[in-house]
Amino acid sequence: MQQLKPVDVVIAGGGFVGLTLAKEIASRTPLSVVVLERGKPRKLADYATGMDELDYSVRYRMMQNLSEETATHRHSMRDSAVPIRQYGSFNPGTGVGGAGEHWAGISYRFYPEQFRLASFLREKFGTKVPENVAVQDWGFSYQEFEPYYWRAEQMIGVGGKAGNLEGKQIDGGNVFEGPRSHEYPNPPHKRTYATTLFEKAVRDLGYHPYPVPTATLSRNYTNPDGIARSGCQYCGYCVRYGCMIGAKAQPTNLLMPLLQKRKNFTLRTGCSVRRVLHRDGKAEGLSYLDTSGEEIHQPASIVILASWTLNNSRLLLLSKLGEPYDPATGKGTVGRNLTHQVSQSTRMFLDKPMNSFMGAGGLGTGISDLDGKEGLDAYPGVLRGGNIRLMSTGEGPIASFGAIPPGEVEQEWGAEFKKAALRWHDRTASISTEAEHLAYRQNFLDLDPAYTDKYGDPLTRMTLDWTEHERAQGAMLTGVHQKIAKAMGARAATSNSRQLERYTVTSYQSTHVNGGAIMGASPERSVVNPWLQHWQMPNLWIAGASAFPQNGSGNPTLTILALTLRCADALVDRYIKKPGALA
Amino acid sequence: MKRREFITLPAASLGGVLLYTLTGESEKLRAQASSGEIKVALRFFTAAEARVVEAAAERIFPSDASGPGATEAGVVIYIDRQLAGPYGRDKYRYTKAPFVQAGPEYGYQGKENPREIYRAGVAGLADFAELKPAGQDQKLRSIQSSNFFKLLRQHTLEGMFSDPMHGGNAGMAGWQLIGYPGPLMSYREEIDKNYGEEFRRKPMSLAQITGRAVTGWEDEKD
Ligand SMILES: Cc1cc2nc3c(=O)[nH]c(=O)nc-3n(C[C@H](O)[C@H](O)[C@H](O)COP(=O)(O)OP(=O)(O)OC[C@H]3O[C@@H](n4cnc5c(N)ncnc54)[C@H](O)[C@@H]3O)c2cc1C
Ligand code: SF4
Repeated sequence: MQQLKPVDVVIAGGGFVGLTLAKEIASRTPLSVVVLERGKPRKLADYATGMDELDYSVRYRMMQNLSEETATHRHSMRDSAVPIRQYGSFNPGTGVGGAGEHWAGISYRFYPEQFRLASFLREKFGTKVPENVAVQDWGFSYQEFEPYYWRAEQMIGVGGKAGNLEGKQIDGGNVFEGPRSHEYPNPPHKRTYATTLFEKAVRDLGYHPYPVPTATLSRNYTNPDGIARSGCQYCGYCVRYGCMIGAKAQPTNLLMPLLQKRKNFTLRTGCSVRRVLHRDGKAEGLSYLDTSGEEIHQPASIVILASWTLNNSRLLLLSKLGEPYDPATGKGTVGRNLTHQVSQSTRMFLDKPMNSFMGAGGLGTGISDLDGKEGLDAYPGVLRGGNIRLMSTGEGPIASFGAIPPGEVEQEWGAEFKKAALRWHDRTASISTEAEHLAYRQNFLDLDPAYTDKYGDPLTRMTLDWTEHERAQGAMLTGVHQKIAKAMGARAATSNSRQLERYTVTSYQSTHVNGGAIMGASPERSVVNPWLQHWQMPNLWIAGASAFPQNGSGNPTLTILALTLRCADALVDRYIKKPGALA
Repeated sequence: MKRREFITLPAASLGGVLLYTLTGESEKLRAQASSGEIKVALRFFTAAEARVVEAAAERIFPSDASGPGATEAGVVIYIDRQLAGPYGRDKYRYTKAPFVQAGPEYGYQGKENPREIYRAGVAGLADFAELKPAGQDQKLRSIQSSNFFKLLRQHTLEGMFSDPMHGGNAGMAGWQLIGYPGPLMSYREEIDKNYGEEFRRKPMSLAQITGRAVTGWEDEKD
C-alpha cells in the first residue's frame, strides 16, 4: 500500500460532474484538486476515426467494460438478482469525460413542481397517491435554482426557443415550461424532413410543438469561460460517439482545456476508487487501485464522489458509510429512491425516404401537452406525464436496416425479409417519450450477495420494476403517439408499450438512472443536504443524479450540471471559507 | 502451430464491380460476372467451417434480384475476424459465475462465448454447404430459436452494413444496396434540403473519408 501526500480536494470520477466541480474549485480557489478516473485519457483527435457504427454503437467501445464491473438486477425483493452481462437498458460511461463524451446533448429543464413533488402531489391528489410512492421535495425551489439552469445552459451552449420568458408564454417554444430569465444562448437546429412532418401533424392536432433543446451547437459559440466551439455538422455519429469537431458539449472540450492550464489540478487516469477512507465522523481521503493493482491512499481535506449514480451509492455501501436503506422498515438512507425514466417509442412506416442517417443527438421537435402536470385530467390514475418527440439523431445503417411493419414477413431472414427490408429502408421514423419516474419504496440499491467485480467487491444490486402508474403513463403517451402517426400518414406504427410490463434489461431505455444518495430536507430520509453535502460527514460531498429524489421527464444532464454548479458555489463560497455543516 | 486455413472467393464478387445508381433501383446493383479467385487467410474458422458459415449467411441475406447478398459482401470474413478478436472471446461481457436461468428480459446469460457458440453451431451444420437452397432453409428454420442462429443472423447483417475495415461490406456493396453514403463528416448544407427525396452519394469508407489508416476493435492488441 502506498500513502500519498495529502491534497486539499480529491474527486472520485472524471466525468461531467467530477470535472465540472474540479474546474470550479481549481479556477476559483488556490486549493489543490486531484481527480481519480478509472478509465483512459481521451481527446478530440480520437473521435474522427471513431465514426464507426459497429465498434461504437453496436459494441459500445466507449462504455464501461462490463467484464470488469457491472450491476445486477431483480424485479422485487422476492427474486434473486441476475447480472447485467451485456448492454443494456442503460450505458454507463468510463474514461475522461465519462458518459458526457458520448451523450446526445438533449438539455431540458425540469418542471417547477418537480422540485417540490411530494408537496405538489399531496396538494393535488391527496389520498389518490399510491401508498408506496416515496417522492420527496428537493429542499429548494425552481425559482432559486433558475440562475443555475441559466449558467449551465451558457456553459454547454444550449440551443432552443424559450416558451416562457419571465412568465410570458411564447408560441414556438415549450409554453408549459417554467419561467426563464433569458432566451436560450443559441437558436434551434436546422430541421429534418421527419421533424417537419411531425411538427405539422401535432399542430393540426392542436398541440404545441417546440424545438428540442440541445447542447449539440446550432452555430459557432463561445461560452462565458471563453471556450469556443464550432457549430454542428449533422454528421449523425453523435449518440454513443464523441464529436470529432467538439460541437457537442463534452467535458474534454468544455472543461479539460481550462483545467490543463491550472497548476493546482491533477488528473490521474487508470485509478479505480474502492473506498472512502473515514474515521470518527470525518472523511480522510480515497483509497484506489492503479492499473498495476497497487492500492494507493490519497488523503484529502475534502472528499467528493462523482462516480455516477450506481457507484456513488456503491462506494458509500462498500465504505460502510451511513445506514443502508431497508425497504421493509423504511429505515436507512443509502440506496433509497432508485429511479430510471419511463421510455416509450413508436416506429412509424412512411411513404417517403427520410435520409435518417443525417442528424444530431439533440435535433428534434417535441410537445409537452401531456408532460409534467399538463393535460392529465382525462387520465385518472396518471400523476405525472412525459414529453413526446421526434428525434433525428442520425441512424446508422446497421441499426436502421430491417424495420418492417408487423405481419409483413413470416421470418426475419431470407429473400422475403431482404426484399421487405429494402422496400421500407429509410422510410421509417420514431416518435419517442420520456416520462417522469416516481420514486417507490420498493425500488432501491444495495450490494449484491453473490456477484462481484474484477477486484472481488460486490456489485451494485438494483431492485426495480414498473408499476401500474408507469403503465398508465405509457398507455396515455403511446396513445398520443398513435394519433400523431396517423396524422403523419404512417402506413403502420408499432409502439413498445409492452416494455413497461416488466423492467427489461435488454432494451436500451436511457442512461438516466438516479437516486441512491438522494438530497432532501431531513437526514432521516436523505443522504446529502440540498447542497450535496453528506449529512453526517460535512467534508464529504456526493454529486450527480444520485442526488435526485425522483426523476423528471426531461433528460437529466442539464439539471445535473446546474446542481453541480450550485454545489460548487456552496463549497467555494461557504464551506471552504468556514468548514462545517451548511445550515 | 496450427496450419493456416484459407477461404477462396470469386474475385469479382468480393467487393467486385458494382454499378452505382443514384436512383436506388437495386436491380442495377448486380455484381459483374466473376473472373479469377482470391484467397483470404482465416483467423478463426477452418476452411470447412467457413464454407458452412458462408453458405448459411447467404441464405439469411441472399444475393438475388433485389441486389447483392452475404457472399458478395464477404460476410464470412467479417464474422471470422470478429470471432478471432476480443468480442469472440467475450472480453467485454460479464462472465463471472454463477450462471443462472433467467427470463428473456435479461438476454443471453450463458457461459459460452461467441467462438464456442459458433464452433458447436457449425458442427451441427455439417454438409450444409452441399445441400440445395430449399434444404438449407429447412435446416436453418429448425435452429431458428438457437443462440447460434440469432448470432449468425445478427452478424450477417453487421457484415453487410458495417464499415469495410471490419472485413465485410466488400466494395461497400451493402451500403450501395441501401443508398448509405458512408460516415460523411458534414450534412450541414444538405440536412434541410432533399425533403422527401433520397440523398444519394457514391459511398465512401471511413479510411477514404479521413485519409487515415483505421483499424477495428477486433485488431486491438492486448
Ligand atoms: C448514449 C447516451 C446518451 C445520453 N444522452 C443524454 C442526453 O441527450 N441528455 C442528457 O441529459 N443526458 C444524456 N445522457 C446521460 C449523461 O451522459 C449523464 O447524465 C452524464 O454524463 C452524467 O454525468 P456524471 O459525471 O454523473 O457521470 P459520467 O459522465 O458518466 O462520469 C462518471 C465518471 O466516473 C468514473 N467512475 C465511476 N466509478 C469510478 C471509480 N470507482 N473510480 C474512479 N472513477 C470512477 C467513470 O469512469 C466516469 O468517467 C446520455 C448517456 C448515454 C450513455
Ligand atoms: S451530429 Fe453534430 S454534435 Fe453530433 S457528433 Fe456530429 S457534428 Fe458533432
